[in-house]
Amino acid sequence: MNVAVFWTLAVLAVVSGVMVFRFDSMARATFSLLASLLCVGGLVVLLGLDYLGIVIVLMMTIEMAIMAVFMVMYMMNPAGLMPMTMMHNKKGAAVVCGLVFLLLAAGILFAPWPARRGKAPADPTMDLGMSLMGPQMLTMMTLGMALFATIVATVVLATRRGRYDRLGDDLRARRADDPVRGGVGR
Amino acid sequence: MAERTPLWAVFVLPALLVAVALVMAGLDAVLAAGARNGRPGSLREAAVRATGPGREVLRQLVQQPRRTRASDVPLARIGAGLLPVAAVLAAVVLPLGFRSVSDLPEGIVWFNAMEALAWAAVWLAGWGPNSALSLIGGYRFLAQGLAYELPHMLAITTAALGAESLRVGEVVDAQAGLWFAVWMPAAFGIYLLSAMAMAFWGPFDQPVGHDVAGGAASELSGADRVLFLGGRWLLLVVAAAFSVPLFLGGGHGPLLPGWLWTVLKTAAVLAFLVWARRRVPTLRMDRYLELTWVVLTPLAIVQALVVAVVVLNR
Repeated sequence: MNVAVFWTLAVLAVVSGVMVFRFDSMARATFSLLASLLCVGGLVVLLGLDYLGIVIVLMMTIEMAIMAVFMVMYMMNPAGLMPMTMMHNKKGAAVVCGLVFLLLAAGILFAPWPARRGKAPADPTMDLGMSLMGPQMLTMMTLGMALFATIVATVVLATRRGRYDRLGDDLRARRADDPVRGGVGR
Repeated sequence: MAERTPLWAVFVLPALLVAVALVMAGLDAVLAAGARNGRPGSLREAAVRATGPGREVLRQLVQQPRRTRASDVPLARIGAGLLPVAAVLAAVVLPLGFRSVSDLPEGIVWFNAMEALAWAAVWLAGWGPNSALSLIGGYRFLAQGLAYELPHMLAITTAALGAESLRVGEVVDAQAGLWFAVWMPAAFGIYLLSAMAMAFWGPFDQPVGHDVAGGAASELSGADRVLFLGGRWLLLVVAAAFSVPLFLGGGHGPLLPGWLWTVLKTAAVLAFLVWARRRVPTLRMDRYLELTWVVLTPLAIVQALVVAVVVLNR
């Protein structure tokens, strides 16, 4: 049963991953990638890491939906409505993908994996939380700050209106001059 | 602790959800007709009004479906079909009394993940027909998702924090004494708001708003339309029902059996949501976004902090 589920999910993940590059529509490519990632989430659940698998499903769904928002914001192709492919620099991409795949596969096959010592924990979610909040706390904090700084930097770079537009040159305006009226504090 | 559930529950769950959704749609239709044409003259007239949604479903199923030009039929189909599927999958962890179809150890995260599938579903249903109005509806729902999701996640995390478990059954057990709604009122309020936003209901119905001729649903017809709008009702029912184990004590209550308490509480929450729809005007999403990020998210964090301190000192 587990073997059947594994192969079904694995084949689906690879096929929909390939289809990302075959579709000529941004929407199909985006959601094909989502399908692939959901299958990966399923595979992680199959490994017994339920929490991580479900979180992958949650994060990837939201992430791909937000990709759709970015399609409007940054693409030359408004809203992704016109046909376009994900096949710029086809040969280069194929070479890079092939090399990375070979490297990873070689790593999997040739690495001297240690044999399991002890038993699997009764509650992997608990252990994961303990690890993240214990020994890996510094890593997570650094990562969190880096991500947060990236978000703030992107927003600062992307926004057209800054505080001087809102509050005047000396920042003394009593009411912010916003294009959209209403909302909090106005 | 939840007991083991027999396999037939898997088949009963969707049927039960559809039945509840039909009853609520009937109630909503009676309220809508009452607001339009005055109070029903007789019981018979009220019954005719209440069966309106059911008749509409049958009409859509036999009607010739419309197609738009150059539409992406598979994507629109997937979108419309995914909405009810997501709602039913989310309902898997819903306990009726103290039993759910599957009391997953990470039930709360599961619910959140399944409910997020609705984002993809609505966007796909809006994008698929190749029509500007439905596309606007789809994108509106994404904006709405970005607005409600942050405080929503914090609110459901707060409930998990109070029970020190992600298992829905243990969240219910932790409320044998005091309901979470009583000592986490902010989280409960935020959850109710996001339950409405999740099902694009009431003040959050902009994704299928009248101003864009029905938005994401505008070009759907036939079975697709039934699935999409029915899926929205299912989502509303599931979102409302999930507030019962999270904040309203689940099946706990005096005298009556657990399942009856769950049904009564769910009915009360649903009735409130259906009533609220007729009392609150539609909100523009950019305004709500500002409110959620500037006010509700900090509020939810403070609420989580208070709960964490209480739990640590227990």
